Amino acid sequence: MITLTNRSKPVNRKKMTFLESIYIWNTFIGMMITLKHFFKKKVTYQYPEQTRPYSPVFRGVQILNRDEEGRERCTACGLCAVACPAEAITMEAAERLPGEENLYREEKYAAKYEINMLRCIFCGFCEEACPKDAIYLSETHAPAAYNRKNFIYNKQDLLIPNPKTQPEEYAQAKGLREINKKKK
Amino acid sequence: MIHLLTIDWLLMLEKLILIAIIVMFSLLVAMYSTYAERKIAAFMQDRIGPNRAGPFGILQPLADGGKLFFKEEIIPSSSNKILFILGPSLAMLTAMMTCAVVPWSTDLHLFNKTIPLQIADVNIGILYVFAVVSLGVYGIMIGGWASNNKFSLLAALRGASQVISYELAMGIAFIALLMLTGSLSLRTIVEQQVTSHWNIWYQPLGFLIFFVCALAECNRTPFDLSEAESELNMGYHQEYSSMKLGFYLFAEYVNMFISSAIMATLYFGGYDIPFFNEAAHTDWGNWLAIAGAVCFMIKISIFIFTFMWIRWTVPRFRYDQLMTLGWKKLIPLALANMLITGAVVLWMHK
Ligand code: SF4
Ligand code: SF4
Repeated sequence: MITLTNRSKPVNRKKMTFLESIYIWNTFIGMMITLKHFFKKKVTYQYPEQTRPYSPVFRGVQILNRDEEGRERCTACGLCAVACPAEAITMEAAERLPGEENLYREEKYAAKYEINMLRCIFCGFCEEACPKDAIYLSETHAPAAYNRKNFIYNKQDLLIPNPKTQPEEYAQAKGLREINKKKK
Repeated sequence: MIHLLTIDWLLMLEKLILIAIIVMFSLLVAMYSTYAERKIAAFMQDRIGPNRAGPFGILQPLADGGKLFFKEEIIPSSSNKILFILGPSLAMLTAMMTCAVVPWSTDLHLFNKTIPLQIADVNIGILYVFAVVSLGVYGIMIGGWASNNKFSLLAALRGASQVISYELAMGIAFIALLMLTGSLSLRTIVEQQVTSHWNIWYQPLGFLIFFVCALAECNRTPFDLSEAESELNMGYHQEYSSMKLGFYLFAEYVNMFISSAIMATLYFGGYDIPFFNEAAHTDWGNWLAIAGAVCFMIKISIFIFTFMWIRWTVPRFRYDQLMTLGWKKLIPLALANMLITGAVVLWMHK
């Protein structure tokens, strides 16, 4: 017989001996195995106090990025919404007025930008689709909420803190992954 | 009027207090068995188990019980209401009744009175145990029948046939033990073991059979066919909610406690303290009785642990495997054990 792996074992169809048929000895062997596990190190993470390190490719809640001067990068092109298989993203575009150059990087910006966390499947396609490096999947996950409305994240929820006015929070939000990596 | 006065009221009071203590104690043990069960299951699966309610999750059973009390009480409209309520009550009642004849320890001496730590020293104690234990299946049968649910009914049928099959082997294994002890009183059996050796040395095979049957009688895995979560969806207590469900679950743990007590009594010397000569330390008085009771509890705990250990090791038997094991393996083994014991006893007496 050709086997795919060398781990496969042919089924043993021999008739059981009397000792096997009363199961006591085999149960005893099994009990020794479970007893070994009884004293093994436990793998549990005590969740709220201890968190599990995420893998480097973890995809969590989206974050809307800013450039070095703290301007929003998103230009409301809608490519992320098109790419989204779950149709979780909605947005409304607006034109940048004179004097708002310090707020928005492009001439068009997203006045409203919402992601429905109940629809999002965290596939990361929006991140791939974005031509402006404006959206990233971060290492946090959406917390539980009591009603559906709270799962629709608007622009304020998604925007990364301003690197100019809140440099610390910005570094934290941006570099969480790098910090974690260094820790490991 | 006259004959009322002749009753020893003090004895009545003493027995009532003893009954209350033992019932409370069994319930407490059952309560913490649920905690132990979850902890042991967790440890065997490399987890930690409940540890949030109180230090090490000690208050978890209280939380569970409280939750059960606050659940909605549902009686299915097409069920037989009287039987539906009778089912869990019967299961609980029969589970609690068995502890009446278990000798918990030697006599206590208090207020110039000798208080035996046993509710009733019936001279056919063990027959009483068998009778009550086999009544226990009525709780399952009635509950399953009254629910008017196919799964429950199937579970009830399975439970009944299983208990009947395994009671036979259990009885035969026990007859072999009876030939050695020559007494049906549990206290006499223990006292014999205190003075000489434990019965397990004379009846190892009998004990194994008895143990397997006890597992089956308690409906514990691998014999939990009547509540098979994966096939019958909790079986006979599927329709039950709130504290009626709690009664069923509790009765299972009380049964486990009592059958551990019976096994410790019959085969492991009951309240006998191993490697210790009780007769030489009679001056210890009440402390000796307490030490005996503690020792008995330790033995029971070891049994309960083994019950749980087996549960989290082996999967459930298939129905045909269950019947083959019961009728074709255990009963012949038990019969052989009985014959050999009988022959040896005859030979020794010659
Ligand atoms: S991660 Fe996927 S599902 Fe979620 S918003 Fe982006 S594209 Fe849509
Ligand atoms: S996030 Fe990127 S892809 Fe989506 S609208 Fe803004 S610029 Fe376009």
